[in-house]
Amino acid sequence: MRSLTQSLFVTALFAAALTTGLASPAAAQMELKIMAPAAPGGGWDQTARSMQQALNAEKLVKSSQVINVAGAGGAVGLAQFINGAKGDGNQIMVNGFVMVGALLLNKSPVTLDQVTPIARLTEEIEIVVVPANSPIKNAKDLAAALKENVARVTWAGGSAGGVDQITAALFAQAVGADASKVNYVAFSGGGESLAAILGGKVTAGISGWSEYEGQVKAGKLRAIGVTSEQRIPGVDIPTFKEQGVDLVIANWRSVMAPPGISAEQKKNLIELMDKLTKSAAWKEQLKQKGWDDAYISGDAFGAFLKKEIARVNDVLKSVGLVKS
Amino acid sequence: MEAFSLLGQGMLVALQPMNLLFALVGVFLGTAVGVLPGIGPALTVALLLPVTYKLDPAGSLIMFAGIYYGGMYGGSTTAILINTPGESASMATALEGNKMAKAGRGGPALATAAIGSFVAGTVATLGLTFLAPWLVEIAVKFGPEDYFALMCVAFITVSATFGDSPIRGLTSLFIGLTLGLVGIDKLTGQARLAFGVPELLDGVEVTTLAVGLFAIGEALYVASRRHHTEEKLEAIRGSLWMTRQDWKRSWAPWLRGTLFGFPIGALPAGGAEIPTFLSYSTERRLCKYPEEFGKGAIEGVAGPEAANNASAAGTLVPLLTLGLPTSATAAMMLAGFQQYGLNPGPLLFAEKPDLVWGLIASLFIANTMLLLLNLPLVGLWVKLLSIPQPWLYAGILVFATMGTIAAKPSVIELSMLAVFGVMGFMMRRFDFPIAPVVVGLILGPVAEVQLRRAMQISLGDPMVLLESPISATLLGVALIALVAPFVLRGLGRFKASGD
Repeated sequence: MRSLTQSLFVTALFAAALTTGLASPAAAQMELKIMAPAAPGGGWDQTARSMQQALNAEKLVKSSQVINVAGAGGAVGLAQFINGAKGDGNQIMVNGFVMVGALLLNKSPVTLDQVTPIARLTEEIEIVVVPANSPIKNAKDLAAALKENVARVTWAGGSAGGVDQITAALFAQAVGADASKVNYVAFSGGGESLAAILGGKVTAGISGWSEYEGQVKAGKLRAIGVTSEQRIPGVDIPTFKEQGVDLVIANWRSVMAPPGISAEQKKNLIELMDKLTKSAAWKEQLKQKGWDDAYISGDAFGAFLKKEIARVNDVLKSVGLVKS
Repeated sequence: MEAFSLLGQGMLVALQPMNLLFALVGVFLGTAVGVLPGIGPALTVALLLPVTYKLDPAGSLIMFAGIYYGGMYGGSTTAILINTPGESASMATALEGNKMAKAGRGGPALATAAIGSFVAGTVATLGLTFLAPWLVEIAVKFGPEDYFALMCVAFITVSATFGDSPIRGLTSLFIGLTLGLVGIDKLTGQARLAFGVPELLDGVEVTTLAVGLFAIGEALYVASRRHHTEEKLEAIRGSLWMTRQDWKRSWAPWLRGTLFGFPIGALPAGGAEIPTFLSYSTERRLCKYPEEFGKGAIEGVAGPEAANNASAAGTLVPLLTLGLPTSATAAMMLAGFQQYGLNPGPLLFAEKPDLVWGLIASLFIANTMLLLLNLPLVGLWVKLLSIPQPWLYAGILVFATMGTIAAKPSVIELSMLAVFGVMGFMMRRFDFPIAPVVVGLILGPVAEVQLRRAMQISLGDPMVLLESPISATLLGVALIALVAPFVLRGLGRFKASGD
């Protein structure tokens, strides 16, 4: 009886695949669970929910569900994902650059080596700003101030060990100042740091470009430089590279699969991401949220991830956040 | 006045039938959600965000504003009736409100909360309309040292006001400060007092502590006293509505609460907790019937509730003018703006005036709707108290546990709730005030981070605390608040001996 229903189900599957004309029936029938290892509202949660909307709108999966597991910069969610979803090809987890530092800081017992990298989806360029009335006009001025006295230059940015602090440390390193003396003041998120910069309490601020965009355009903040390879299209702000500071970094967000999935399952998930990132619904989401498409998948992403982990590890050690 | 004509246009947007409906749905959802401890307005907005994707921007933002105001208000209902604050900002309301409810005056308590919220919300929204650009200039001048000084004022007034003696108040405060240390240090990222439990790395959740101390502790305490003296709970004594005297005692606290709530809410790191507690302390000092405080004084409900709602309007000042979300819900509304490709900030007023003014106008409407929705319900809510005591408290236990699980489904969270419940019971049993614990947990970490930021920016020079005029003034106020009671008592003795 059971085999009968099963074979009926398989026939139905094939029929569905044929009628909808999809190349990968496995994905179209997938009941996907997307874990956001953070509370609702943050970047990972928004990424997960944007994926959910696009996947559903394009009917790329049968259903998709977002699960929030908040805690410890994602370490709680990661631990649950590694232990609870092992070998399950229908679950993915959203994470990103910030998790790399958070895991090191928290001395997390679980690491990113334990999950299966699937793809990098988006990235957000970092921007360094100063108050509009600051004597610092460009990256050279900022570098000069740092060389004169590293500690006198106060940086405001997001939480400790995150992409903003790493950017500050890398900037100091790149201009030949002592990264271990960088005076980085951590704020909870770009909003609170913005007030400190506007109020002239700190020398410079670091955050994702979208966070400061309105203030820069209104002339309340002066942009010193962006951390991308090329200028942001349509935005007249020089990159650090063209100002002679070798600093390229972005706050990327990615998708991971559980440990122990088969090669077939991994291939299915990568194909699903291929289709997702090519879809109109996803492009619409990117436009709304102001995220840049930074899609790389599979082994290319795995290699990129390794390099980033090594880089973050070095920086956190050099600024003394992680004891070697 | 340009603002008037713009507001008029905004009213036209907000008064469209569809938008009215959105406001009503928002207010209703917000109230429902605010009643449940643990599920705050922020979570609701987060969950509704994808749903509203297809609606037009004005409609869904109006709905979010309704949820925000509704949630702020809904928390007070459970705080008053069953001593379970739905969110941390309605804790101060629970202090006197629940005492009133137990004395059969739940009706007037709920009514003064509803009308106070309305008055404060309306006045504060007026403030938002006319003062926003000006206020925000001042708000960004607040540096870390100034926030630290503001926290000092809050600590001193709170620990001096609660409890029978300042020592007991301070003891409670320090328990709270210690709990506030748990978790990852915000500036260095190191874990403190987490004992290797990953769930503890994020610190102690305020609602878990508040619900544990207030609701569970209370239920245990009542159960333990049951065989000694049965506490008489009267559902209604006297009028269900506010008497002439209630009105007379309420109007000034409403306005004073608004004065605390709106400006502090507008500060980028102000929040809703400080103004509610400052308002409570002030009313306690100013009250003509000080002996009633601790037994159910209506001023203690009217003031904090007004401060609570006014601060909700205050948070919209930095959100709309700077794009600065200063509360979890405001952060979600920011995400809502971005969903429609709008970036709140200095350009929003210029780029999308109809939307901004429509939102502001809908705040007025949401406020009116809240009043219309809640006043008729007062009679119904109060009936809750006629439920036999064992059932009522069993219900509270279930309700509190459910709320906590819904917010964070984890065994550790539930164990913490139980531990805090027992702690609340012990503190009641040995007469330690409860509110300072929660104040310590909320404000302690903020004060610490701000002080350390100030030191970091000034390269370790403590004089920065006195060099900033705002900080120096606030520290002066704190000092006076600390010394004044002793001096006044001394003077009183001096006078008495002189007679």
